[in-house]
Amino acid sequence: MASQQQALSPVRRSVVVDMLFGMWSGVVLLARNRVGLIGLIGLVAFILLTFVGPYIVPLDTTVKVDQIYVPPSWEHPLGTDSQGKDIWSQIVHGGRELILISVGAALLSTLIGASLGALSAVAGGWVDSLVMFLTDIWLTIPQLPLLIVLAAFVRVNNPVTLILIIGLLSWPAFLRAVRSQVLAIKQSDFVEAARVLDLGTGHIIFREILPNMMSYITINFILAITAAMGFQATLIFLGVVPLSGTNWGVMIRFADTRGAIFSQDSFWYIMAPVMAISLFQLALVALERGFAEVFNPRLRS
Amino acid sequence: MSKAALTQAEPRASVDWRRWVRAIARSFLVRRIAKALFTIFFVTSLLFFLVRLMPSNPLEIYIQELMSQYGMSYQDAASQAASLFSIDFDAPLWQQYLNYLADLLRGNLGMSLRSTGTPVVDIIRQFLPWTLFSVGLGLLISFALGIGLGMIMAYRRDSWLDNLLSLFASITTSITPFLLGIMIIVFVAVQWRWVNFAELRGSTSPGIQPGFTLEFIKDILWHAMLPIGTYVLTTVGFWMLSMRSSTVATLGEDYVTVARARGLSDGRIATAYVGRNAVLPLVTQFTLSLAGVIGGSAVIERLFSYQGIGAQLVASVIQRDYSVMQGIFLILTVAVVVANLLTDLFYGVLDPRIRVTGEE
Repeated sequence: MASQQQALSPVRRSVVVDMLFGMWSGVVLLARNRVGLIGLIGLVAFILLTFVGPYIVPLDTTVKVDQIYVPPSWEHPLGTDSQGKDIWSQIVHGGRELILISVGAALLSTLIGASLGALSAVAGGWVDSLVMFLTDIWLTIPQLPLLIVLAAFVRVNNPVTLILIIGLLSWPAFLRAVRSQVLAIKQSDFVEAARVLDLGTGHIIFREILPNMMSYITINFILAITAAMGFQATLIFLGVVPLSGTNWGVMIRFADTRGAIFSQDSFWYIMAPVMAISLFQLALVALERGFAEVFNPRLRS
Repeated sequence: MSKAALTQAEPRASVDWRRWVRAIARSFLVRRIAKALFTIFFVTSLLFFLVRLMPSNPLEIYIQELMSQYGMSYQDAASQAASLFSIDFDAPLWQQYLNYLADLLRGNLGMSLRSTGTPVVDIIRQFLPWTLFSVGLGLLISFALGIGLGMIMAYRRDSWLDNLLSLFASITTSITPFLLGIMIIVFVAVQWRWVNFAELRGSTSPGIQPGFTLEFIKDILWHAMLPIGTYVLTTVGFWMLSMRSSTVATLGEDYVTVARARGLSDGRIATAYVGRNAVLPLVTQFTLSLAGVIGGSAVIERLFSYQGIGAQLVASVIQRDYSVMQGIFLILTVAVVVANLLTDLFYGVLDPRIRVTGEE
């Protein structure tokens, strides 16, 4: 009976359905949690702003010499920049690329951390020793300097390289955490049962252990997006990746090279992108806190 | 079982010899040092090949700069650049690698490719102390402050003070450090004009004599004020939250109840019973955070125009100065590895329970 059902519905689809259902029930639970609700609203606002906003607010590209550093008004909600361009329209257009790259990098690092961490814990022996040895070394390397060196490989308009280098750098701490969690889950009866049935290491990791850690993985995924966003902004600010288009990081970079940090008039030019990234990160962290409290009732007391 | 039988069958001198080897191989200290050395070797090798795989090379970047700055033709720029660079980029990679390792073992980090005639060691000697000083002081202040505030939060948990401090800690740990640094500049130096940022740039005021004088110490602290403030602001929240949860867990322990029942003073319980135990898990986290903060100095120093090693690293990456990049990276890794090693060894002093050598 059970085997028939498995044959009818492919394994992949049931995983996706499980995940969607899990996400929906997570959202419902989140809405009842105060911090989580704030984070959820913030995230939805940011997604609307950066993914729908560009179709409503056109990007202001005309240089207006007589309107440099105009303070906020109805016409320019966040004032204008060093060339008289509207800052609000740049904020609206400047988030999509950063967010997509952050999500991609976070997916990659979460995938590596979760699968290698689980493999390391389940396989044990020399595999475990090797993975942990490499992880320890990787944790010792100062991340930002390595990222700065690797950033030289990024070409203009090639976000894939950026996703790869940020994603490939950020897994070690997560891997260690996953490994210790899996070591605990490994002792439970259902894993023991799967092993007795000889279902294979792949099945045990991906069908038995990891689904039981979905909440934990989700939380880490959210934090990884926050970190990736920070890394991107840092790299762009340092000028080690080629600049292209309009995004919050490029705005900070230009505001800095044009001396907007040090002038009282240009307060809005520098603070608008800084606050955009900061608020995005705060919204995600609030969401993560909410998830953590929902998934782990012990935190609520 | 069979191993034991074998060793017993060996002649006596040989048994001693093997036991020594095994004791050394098992010794926590030796294994720890071997791992540290391997880490340094691994990172050095990784970086050697990485920097040479980077698109473009110092020669090309320099030619580009000459062409754009002085309007030289490609031929002129190329011939001028070629006369400046002594490194042979055409030699086989493995040969360059072996030469580099051999030089490294002799303590020779090579010459800077861009600042001709300047050994990399001199660059490190000039800039590293400022980074160690500002990062080290910032971390120590942050750790002490975080532990103090975290304990207060745990003792007054769920009060308005705890909620306020928790909110502050959550916000400061969520935002990327250099954004908080920008906010510090924008508000402290520009909007409120508490300090004059133009005077604060650099590590010392021009013309001041280095030496162990009050004037000099005051000057370097004044110049390092904003970077140190940023390090403290960005890391203190983590220590506050960790110390809070760690203290709350410790307060529930039986020995704390017993100490109360024995009528010990609250101050003594807080320091000798709760504090000492609650701080232990944080020591390990302190080590783990080192790599992040030392690495993060690159962007903070660039932001505050502080003359540290991190700012030099960024400049050398942009100029593709291979030897400076490798040298700085090596020294940063060594700093982190040595700090890790010291904390691991020091941990036994703090926590007598783990003061054992041998198997885990």
